[in-house]
Amino acid sequence: MSTVIDVEHLDFSFGSGVLTQPVLKDITLSIQKGEIVLITGPSGSGKTTFLTIIGGLRQAFHGSVRVLDQQFINSSEPVKVKVRQQIGYIFQQHNLLKSLTALQNVSMTLEMGNTLTEQQRRDRSAEILIAVGLGDRLDYKPGQLSGGQLQRVSIARALVGQPKIILADEPTASLDKQSGYEAVSLLKRLAKESQTTILLVTHDYRILDIADRVVELEDGVIKKI
Amino acid sequence: MNKLAWFYFPARLAWRQLIFDRSKLVAAICGVLFACVLVFMQLGFKDSLYASAASAPVKLNGDLFLMHKQSEAMWRPIQFKRSELMRVLGNPAVAEAYPLYLGLAPFKNIQTQVKRTLMVYGFDPDSQIFNVDEIKSKQIDLRLKDTVLFDEYSRPEFGPVRQLLEADQNVTEINDYKVNIVGLFRMGVSFAADGNVITSDLNFMRIFPRRNHGDIDMGVIKLYPGASAKQVEAELKSQLNEFINIFTYEELLKYEKDYWANTAPIGFIFGFGTVMGWVVGLVIVYQILFTDIANHRNEFATLKAMGYEHSYFIRLVFASAFFLAVLGFIPGYLLSVGLYHLAESQMYMPMPMLLSKIITVFMFILSMCVMAGLLAIRKLKDANPADMF
Repeated sequence: MSTVIDVEHLDFSFGSGVLTQPVLKDITLSIQKGEIVLITGPSGSGKTTFLTIIGGLRQAFHGSVRVLDQQFINSSEPVKVKVRQQIGYIFQQHNLLKSLTALQNVSMTLEMGNTLTEQQRRDRSAEILIAVGLGDRLDYKPGQLSGGQLQRVSIARALVGQPKIILADEPTASLDKQSGYEAVSLLKRLAKESQTTILLVTHDYRILDIADRVVELEDGVIKKI
Repeated sequence: MNKLAWFYFPARLAWRQLIFDRSKLVAAICGVLFACVLVFMQLGFKDSLYASAASAPVKLNGDLFLMHKQSEAMWRPIQFKRSELMRVLGNPAVAEAYPLYLGLAPFKNIQTQVKRTLMVYGFDPDSQIFNVDEIKSKQIDLRLKDTVLFDEYSRPEFGPVRQLLEADQNVTEINDYKVNIVGLFRMGVSFAADGNVITSDLNFMRIFPRRNHGDIDMGVIKLYPGASAKQVEAELKSQLNEFINIFTYEELLKYEKDYWANTAPIGFIFGFGTVMGWVVGLVIVYQILFTDIANHRNEFATLKAMGYEHSYFIRLVFASAFFLAVLGFIPGYLLSVGLYHLAESQMYMPMPMLLSKIITVFMFILSMCVMAGLLAIRKLKDANPADMF
């Protein structure tokens, strides 16, 4: 199995000078292809910061962060953008574009690569929306969908580009137990089919059982693996 | 396909976001429309001003024209000696030279008796210095005492002269002097005069008792066929007194236009109005684009996290600006066509909707929207994907 995410001795802090607030201290973690890893921990433990560094959304300066064989420490924006395009993101809020239908929202992921025709994009987006159980909601706009349905659309959006990694931040936070668990199980099933790595931040203990491995962060330090 | 997609995808998203919120779109279109109509009207008035300023000289039939150097424009001339004009006959290329007398005088409305100032042209009826068929055909009538021709395109305040003539009511007063209107012609009003009357040089002296034959306002020179106006102009310049201006036909038109554009502040006023329309439109479109970016900040940050480049959003903003320009221009153009007709019927001044003006205004509106886009893209920096988690 190949290593997809490889983090060594990562330090990260907010602010500068006397106001420096260390957030992550000496993190070392490697995640293999197809693995599902959950990061838990109390609020302020640095989970989300860690996720944004892995996602290439925040610049870190100390240690080593290799994602899909690209070094993120002191990297340039184009390098990170290139990696980001191979990552699927699922946010706490669904963050769908409210002026687009479910189908168009999912297609946004495919428009970036621009290797497909309009028809192929529509077909693939429709296919994945059917897979998440929204085959009858293709042309609905976000305003017409429920919270659980919206999160399933955003899962479809993250998966449709066949990413190598999925990063998810509290995907169940805005959902009730039933739909939250359904959404995550769905994510797991689809990810396993395509050998996609999932890094999921949560403090929802109801979904811990989907993970291959649980990493607990506390005050910026990994407590146990 | 790749080049096409480079602009097509952000433009399509911009379009979808624009049409999603209809009420905001309507407000945005109204803003552009407002600027568009403002610019159209200002340019229309300005062009109409220039066109009307030249409406009298444009009808003159001559190769060279003399005016006193102190004359700012035809409507407020300084007189010079007729003998000065006659000196040009010494040049072998000059065929004929005729004086033109100009004066502003009150004209009494036949129906209401109200007096209003118009321009009176006095000329030798045999000279054919006006290139207007109605004037040429009335040559014989104009030779009679106290006869005038009335400009049909004068403002309606002078009375329905055509109907009155048909009803044989053709007697009125100009400068408190009784005259008979013996016919109509078509010339058009200007900012200087609300109407025009043409009469013979002899009648002109009767209407203006203080004027005399020896002091003329303009000289109209006709050359023999084949003579070069430019060359004769240069020759005459050295022969005539220094207080005389000599113009070719084109130079006379330009002199008149420049007067209204520069000497009179009117050209500046309309130019200023045009710029103000641009600035107001710019501010409106900027506000729209700016709040639009602010409202979509989360969506843009999400797309950035997914791997969209910053330049994609710049293209998106410019596409929005372009759509607003086009969507605002079309109704703005249609409304302006209507307003041009309204202005023509109210002001009796020509306001043609020329293709060149349409293109100019569209470029104006487009540059306004692009400028607004340039100002608004700074707001894109606020869309930081790291804040989305």
